[in-house]
Amino acid sequence: MSVHPTTSRFKDNVHEALSDQRLQGALTFARNFIGRRAAAVERLPEFDALRDSARAIKDHTLAHLDLYLEAYEKKVLSLGGHVHWARDAAEARKIVIDLCKAKGAKAVTKGKSMISEEIGLNDALEAEGIEAIETDLGEYIIQLRGEAPSHIIAPAIHVTARDIEQEFRKAHKDLPASRDLSEPEQLLGEARKILRDKFLSADIGVTGANFLVAETGASIVVTNEGNADLTQILPNVHIVVASVEKIVPTLNDAAQILRVLARSATGQDMSVYTTLSAGPKRPGDPDGPEEYHVVILDNGRSAMLGGEFEDMLRCIRCGACMNHCPVYHAIGGHAYGWVYPGPMGAVLTPSLIGVKEGGALPNASTFCGRCEAVCPMRIPLPNMMRHWREREFERHLPPARQRFALALWAFFAKRPTLYRLATSPAMRALHFAGRSRGRFAWLPFAGGWTNARDFAAPQGATFQSRWRAKSGAVQ
Amino acid sequence: MSETPKPSPRVGLFVTCLVDLMRPSVGFAAVKLLEDAGCRVAVPSQTCCGQPAYNMGDRATTKEIARGVIKAFEGFDYVVAPSGSCGGMLAKHYPDLFADEPEMAARAQEFGDKCRELVSFLVDDLGVKAVKARCPAKATYHDSCSGLRELGVRDQPRRLLSTVEGIELTPLEGSDVCCGFGGTFAVKYGELSDAIVKEKTRAVAATGADLLLAGDLGCLLNMAGKLQREGRPIKARHVAEVLAGMTDEPAIGEPALKAKA
Amino acid sequence: MSSREAIFASIRRALHVAGGEAPRREIVAERLAAAPVGVIPARGQGDAEARLKTFAAEADRAQASVATVAEAADVPKEIARFLREHNLPAHLRMGDDPLLAAMPWSATALEIAHGPSDGHDLNAVTAAFAGIAETGTVALLSGPDNPTTLNFLPDNAIVVLPADRVEGAIEGVFKRLRETFGPGGGPRTVNLVTGPSRSADIEQTLLLGAHGPRRLHIVIVKESFGSTH
Repeated sequence: MSVHPTTSRFKDNVHEALSDQRLQGALTFARNFIGRRAAAVERLPEFDALRDSARAIKDHTLAHLDLYLEAYEKKVLSLGGHVHWARDAAEARKIVIDLCKAKGAKAVTKGKSMISEEIGLNDALEAEGIEAIETDLGEYIIQLRGEAPSHIIAPAIHVTARDIEQEFRKAHKDLPASRDLSEPEQLLGEARKILRDKFLSADIGVTGANFLVAETGASIVVTNEGNADLTQILPNVHIVVASVEKIVPTLNDAAQILRVLARSATGQDMSVYTTLSAGPKRPGDPDGPEEYHVVILDNGRSAMLGGEFEDMLRCIRCGACMNHCPVYHAIGGHAYGWVYPGPMGAVLTPSLIGVKEGGALPNASTFCGRCEAVCPMRIPLPNMMRHWREREFERHLPPARQRFALALWAFFAKRPTLYRLATSPAMRALHFAGRSRGRFAWLPFAGGWTNARDFAAPQGATFQSRWRAKSGAVQ
Repeated sequence: MSETPKPSPRVGLFVTCLVDLMRPSVGFAAVKLLEDAGCRVAVPSQTCCGQPAYNMGDRATTKEIARGVIKAFEGFDYVVAPSGSCGGMLAKHYPDLFADEPEMAARAQEFGDKCRELVSFLVDDLGVKAVKARCPAKATYHDSCSGLRELGVRDQPRRLLSTVEGIELTPLEGSDVCCGFGGTFAVKYGELSDAIVKEKTRAVAATGADLLLAGDLGCLLNMAGKLQREGRPIKARHVAEVLAGMTDEPAIGEPALKAKA
Repeated sequence: MSSREAIFASIRRALHVAGGEAPRREIVAERLAAAPVGVIPARGQGDAEARLKTFAAEADRAQASVATVAEAADVPKEIARFLREHNLPAHLRMGDDPLLAAMPWSATALEIAHGPSDGHDLNAVTAAFAGIAETGTVALLSGPDNPTTLNFLPDNAIVVLPADRVEGAIEGVFKRLRETFGPGGGPRTVNLVTGPSRSADIEQTLLLGAHGPRRLHIVIVKESFGSTH
């Protein structure tokens, strides 16, 4: 899977996604999250208070990010762990690869990690002849298919059971053709068997982190499968890759955010496995890794601090926003063209890959506001998408035709009298032109609308002209 | 929530550019509802709330327009719009626009505090409990996003609609899901907008209603346009028309009945 | 300039600070030391009886099975019963936990093995450091007493949880960790486990036993044991 974004071809991606019947069928799964989240929220009266608390914790942490990072690093070192710093994706990849080479690692198991997608770690490892094995079931499936995740919590949500069976039969050399894989249970059993061997034989385990805790130097990883645990306790080396904004001050702070994380993501009150890992194994421990390395990555985060997009650093990657987004429901995750889909992807992507490449995403929104309404960290996503549009406007990125149309409209909109005098005859003409059907099947410059929808004809003279005629007076 | 309104409040009607240009009857319905509830209504010379510029990222133009709106509507007790989208712009976004200009920000906040969406104004501020109107139809109601999420408009229109004689209200599944209008989004991302509105018309048709209602003309134009292109017989009107008992005008996108010879 | 220096410089530039400012440092030091507690839901609160009841209900919701015995001596029999109920062989692996070691395993026909798992065990038992009523969660610590592999490699994970270790909320567990290991201290791994391993990645069908155990059986022991260490 490559890091090369296709966001600049967003409209083409949209078209492809809308024409893909199988994808459209699979996309209905994403909506299941809506009811589950709602049920979990209803069961917890303190949910909104927790959102406020979580937001305050992240804001406080970001305001003191340098100091909490220092404290975290100190703690990890005191436990016998190692901390590496990476400015960007290339540096992060190099650090991980160098560690793998130093250990002579041939196979690396991976817990599900969006950050490792962001930096393109798997491709880089494979290029060095190191096998990278995704162990989260959904990630494993899309790895077999050579695809990127289409959702940050359910990466294979676009894949059907039959697709999975096909992939397993292709990839699992020892799988007899006679084996029945018609039930999901059987598919799971097959994956469990194959991956269990990989877990046990891996040289190095790489995970992301939901949190890095300054108080104890722990990394916290949350899963339902337990794959991140098998990844981080079985091999001799555990590498954590996490971006700077994953830091929280204390375990009690993590607890506040944990309470809104699983509920927002899948509607569970708590994920099955919430694991705190701090340093290498202790003397006398019968299992656990000998070495513990944390790669802390900037990759554009510090540039967002103190600016218009700072709120985005509160994101905990729960996926609630995309679960509730009408645009995501229509096109799925791949159409967004890079690692992060949905509303959070629309805001984050231009920050990380540039507004020229990623600028289409924040434009493809109706600002319905459902994302902001469900975001556990109260991130004002539509506002930030609008900020991107402002940045693009300043840089004259929208097409000239659009800017001209806007300028023309603005000219009249700033001049009420002229506006009234110009619009009423225009509306009367349009009313006359459309009077037989009451609507238009086509209008110039409005192909985007009239390709698939009729456009109503105006009623004739405008409200203001009729009002003036009625009351005969100027306000 | 509001304080007890002054008797006979002075209301400036923010008619909205879509109502002004496309469907003035909604404006007149709004005036009737407000006057029936005891308001003195005036209509200052106006153009638009500025959302097209705002959502395109042209903050400078938006601010100019906003300044004009704030000035034109000085001196009213309330500024009322038959639209959750424009109402939200005036009430919630105008203050944000001037965040870096303390004096103007205060004025914008003061202005925003007296802006209202029409139906929620009638119910929440004026205490209107029922309307005298007749509309024998099976109707369903769509919540426009801004009205719902920015201004809390949800129960109020349903409450008033339930007092309309002859009406049968049936709930719309996913009434809180966007219709795909989003202003210029509907044109710029037409294919995407179409995919979203198709879901909406499917849900509307599934209710068995013959009348679709909402509080925002943008949503209505979008949904009506799709219903018609799909050949569905469902008509669309602004909720104000039904509440004011002013349903003589053809529904959205429908032709006037030809006069018999 | 090293990457570390560059990153810190970039962060400090964005925050308009130099890094050495005493007031900021004090705030951070204070918060790390005090570890203030935030919003704690009412759900897990209440007296010991209420907490146990909530724990059992929440664990059940997460698809764990829960049994309650009066004394530690009853545990081996309960585990033997559980294994029989599910037609599982009478093999059991455990660590060196003193609580478990003191139990009368020989009173059952269970074959006991000790030490971490290498993947060939069907059943394992560990003793929990604590439980969380709010979510039906058990807290397990790494170490020779309860090797972490026992929580993940076997198909069937059985956890013994003394009733007096059941906290209302997760914050109670963190407090216990602090009391046991000192401020900022802890073992290599703390596993907070809520139910058996699961996945919904295949057409959103909920399946148990994704990579970790298919079954989680929690045996609550009412007998009081005092503190954990």
